[in-house]
Amino acid sequence: MTTGMIGRKAGMMRLYDGSGQVRGVTVIELGPNFVTQLRTPDRDGYTAVQVGFAGPRKRTNKPEHGHLRNAGLEKQVLTRLQEFRTDDLTGLTLGQTVTCEGFEPGMFVAVTATSKGKGFAGGVKRHHFRGGPKTHGQSDRHRAPGSVGSGTTPGRTYRGQRMAGHMGSVTRTVLNQLVVANDPARNLLFIEGSVPGPRGGMVTVEVGRRKPLKGYVAPVVPGTAVATADAESEASA
Amino acid sequence: MSIDLATLTQPRNPALAALPEFAVGDTVRVQARVVEGDRERLQPFEGVVIRMKEGPAGNFTVRRIASGVGVERTWPMNSPRLDSLAVTRRGHVRRSRLYYLRGLTGRAARVKEARRG
Repeated sequence: MTTGMIGRKAGMMRLYDGSGQVRGVTVIELGPNFVTQLRTPDRDGYTAVQVGFAGPRKRTNKPEHGHLRNAGLEKQVLTRLQEFRTDDLTGLTLGQTVTCEGFEPGMFVAVTATSKGKGFAGGVKRHHFRGGPKTHGQSDRHRAPGSVGSGTTPGRTYRGQRMAGHMGSVTRTVLNQLVVANDPARNLLFIEGSVPGPRGGMVTVEVGRRKPLKGYVAPVVPGTAVATADAESEASA
Repeated sequence: MSIDLATLTQPRNPALAALPEFAVGDTVRVQARVVEGDRERLQPFEGVVIRMKEGPAGNFTVRRIASGVGVERTWPMNSPRLDSLAVTRRGHVRRSRLYYLRGLTGRAARVKEARRG
């Protein structure tokens, strides 16, 4: 498998895992991804795998199309390509389909995405300033940033002074998130906790550094193939 | 956004009996699964349902007076720790949240019995 995959955030829900514990999870439609290029030390000076995913754009341009044709994937519309560094390219072939099978329940992953944009935000929202007093004759001071420096000495505002400004829409990574469950057949990955960005936003998931949990029992998600007949009939009932 | 998350909601464990109809104001006896060390046993909890929440993440709260102290426990409707539930008394109440019971004790903290079946 690859060390990372590209997907789309579907939203949040909750699941009872095998021990009856409730876990708040983010559902990610992870893949299918396709191996679009293999980076080798001989040619590129490093080892990595490039995968593609059908991203937000509806069509590929001509150079992209040619790039995909090299991998035999010209029938696919893969508008989001990304490389993941890896030491080992064995088992990976050009054009291969990658599913979230490799992200097993109990593993930890790092999730990277663009956070939701907050626009031009004031100091209270952006830096958790306390704002001014609500009462005692205050007017127009409730969410003001307060002083930005001293007086004649130094006579200027220091660089890096936290102020109002643009907030959000930056790339953020959340480390060590538990894989609660996965469903390769439907390309779904269930990750404990929240993930940056809006529903429908592009998300990359990489193998985390933490060791997998021992003895973790994944929840039974309705409709997942391994749960077989009884979960399926229950879902339709 | 293609997948509907509601279709992924876990149903109540099919191995457990379905919960009977019950409503706010009813007195219910809940058999809760309690894990002690490596064994599991059932712990009964009987009291008045003071609050219910609908939907896939629905839950309910049962209140009782235990040893003179008010105790409230909340379970998700689909919780695997919720073994069974029996209605021991139907209550007649005119509101959906019986938080006023928290301020009352003894005879004042009773719920009128429903005349319906």
